[in-house]
Amino acid sequence: MAEVILEQLSKSFGKKHAVIDMSMTIDDGSFVVLLGPTGAGKTTTLRLISGLEKNDKGTISIDGRVVNNETPAQRDVAMVFQQYSLYPHLSVRENLSFPLRSPILKTSKADIVAKVAEVADILQISHKLDNRATELSGGEMQRVSIGRALVRDPAIYLMDEPLSSLDARLRADLRIELKRIHSELGATLLYVTHDQTEAMTMATHVGVLQEGRLVQFGTPREIYEAPASEYVASRLGSPRINLLPAELFNLSDGLTQTIGLRPEHVKFGEGQAASVKRIEHLGDHTRLHLDLNGHAITVLSPSGNPFSAGTSVNIQPLNPLCFDKDGQRIIRDSA
Amino acid sequence: MSYSVTDPSKRQKFIAGTLVILYALITMVPLVWIMMTSFKTPPDSISYPPKVFYQPSLEGYVNLFTTRTRVSAEKLASLPPPENFAEEIVRSRNMVIAGPSKFGGRFLNSVIIGFGSTFLSIFLGTLAAYAFSRFKIPLADDLLFFILSTRMMPPIAVAIPIFLMYRQLGLSDTHVGMILLYTAVNISLAVWLLKGFIDEIPREYEEAALIDGYTRFQAFYKVVLPQAATGIASTAIFCLIFAWNEYAFAVLLTSGTAQTAPPFIPTIIGVGGLDWPAIAAGATLFLLPVMIFTVLLRKHLLRGITFGAVRK
Ligand SMILES: Nc1ncnc2c1ncn2[C@@H]1O[C@H](COP(=O)(O)OP(=O)(O)O)[C@@H](O)[C@H]1O
Ligand SMILES: [Mg+2]
Repeated sequence: MAEVILEQLSKSFGKKHAVIDMSMTIDDGSFVVLLGPTGAGKTTTLRLISGLEKNDKGTISIDGRVVNNETPAQRDVAMVFQQYSLYPHLSVRENLSFPLRSPILKTSKADIVAKVAEVADILQISHKLDNRATELSGGEMQRVSIGRALVRDPAIYLMDEPLSSLDARLRADLRIELKRIHSELGATLLYVTHDQTEAMTMATHVGVLQEGRLVQFGTPREIYEAPASEYVASRLGSPRINLLPAELFNLSDGLTQTIGLRPEHVKFGEGQAASVKRIEHLGDHTRLHLDLNGHAITVLSPSGNPFSAGTSVNIQPLNPLCFDKDGQRIIRDSA
Repeated sequence: MSYSVTDPSKRQKFIAGTLVILYALITMVPLVWIMMTSFKTPPDSISYPPKVFYQPSLEGYVNLFTTRTRVSAEKLASLPPPENFAEEIVRSRNMVIAGPSKFGGRFLNSVIIGFGSTFLSIFLGTLAAYAFSRFKIPLADDLLFFILSTRMMPPIAVAIPIFLMYRQLGLSDTHVGMILLYTAVNISLAVWLLKGFIDEIPREYEEAALIDGYTRFQAFYKVVLPQAATGIASTAIFCLIFAWNEYAFAVLLTSGTAQTAPPFIPTIIGVGGLDWPAIAAGATLFLLPVMIFTVLLRKHLLRGITFGAVRK
């Protein structure tokens, strides 16, 4: 396991800038999640680190050594691909042992058998070891391709949306499993997703990507509580943060254009009157869908939900996030 | 059994099956006739009306592999009893075996040239197709077009230049010359077909192998080749069939050492007219290698469509 440092990394495909000026330090043993919508440059970032693409500018160092000119094999990284992960002409067992048999690792037969059995057990695919890769269900295929990374002990594990094709149940199971593997192995992981739940639940650090740029890097909590921009704020949190014009609550101070209101950041009983459009009971909590002067707002109801649809309720923002006209957050000195 | 609505019904399957079998039977008739003729005696082979039921004989095969001389009745009587069935058959026609015919050698030439050029076409074709499929090659499209354009006229149109060139280079009537010639003709087909197959193999497999610690060549060898097996097998069959059956260049450029079976078989002349059973025997044996090759590779031909552990 090792530290990976990206410095001013850039990559373009023709006119398209896929990754722009990206700097990031992935500490040894950390679980970094890159979050961003499709096309944000997540896959390209992983491919640059793994050496499948050559960066136009900047440096990549792994374990203190600049690897810009090394081949993927020399960089000692393991990668789980977003698609097409398993070798279709091989069995599950052969797929799992493939990396161990490489001329670089040259693992002994006994070690291969032991390692494959161990990983198959963790991922609950032991009973499928002798199946052909093509005979597996989507979930099993994905577990095998994660397994193909786990049999190794690389400098860093790179995972490209490994859970995106799985059903909710399996996704939840594997999230916990990956987190456990991370803490047990002390592995360094760079994990790419557009799913904020995965980011929030697994990451020690989250990097938010916007059109090829890393716009914020920090712990999930920092990103959630102190987002750098409207864009970052709307990437984390479910239901989404409410972005409203500042005038709505007479909060304009000349600079603030938009306020960001997390569903839990409202005080009931004072402020502006909003009509309750719809109520969602979700068991442990209740959501209210409100309408305030034509703006839809989703808030979390206080416990015991005293409201009903069709009535009116007064709300007041509680510590709202303030954004300027460019969508950047205005950070005020509290002193 | 599946019950999908898109599956053909029993009735449709029956009709389709009947049509296929009928078509197969019709195309098989000439082949079956040749095989039947190869087991006839010369008189049976030219009898009118043609015989469908007859006493099978190996005379055609014996005549194919031997040269014979006619001897007088007294000479024949003075010989020791025949050592094997071949001599017995020959003596019943008042002849003795003088020696082996050229057929064995010609057949071997066909094998060497046919399989040699097929191997070379596939070897070069796979490497070229892989390069065209995976690397950024300057003017790749123009090069591919140029390669294809070599097949835009019938190869025999350049017979005279090739004849002259081969005479100058000393390649006339040599195995190497014929292998090179058939490879040159087949290579464009091989590159184009194989490029199509390799294009279908997602790059992610090789990339995964590169990251797993393999070199590019190892990734090609261990990951791409097995998955291209289907394409390689079908391309190999096409190349072999062309090289095996090629007649015009073989007539023009070979006469002795490197003569292949196609120009040789029609020259098998019997005593007093064409020896049809021997010619038919030659044609039957000539069909076998391609048939065996195709049957051996059949598994790969049929397996093609479902490959890829692609998750959607
Ligand atoms: N090989 C390529 N050729 C051209 N454009 C590419 C290539 N790979 C990625 N891109 C472009 O770069 C941008 C980032 O892509 P990608 O890294 O795959 O995004 P993500 O994984 O976040 O969805 C996209 O606009 C994509 O179209
Ligand atoms: Mg992607």
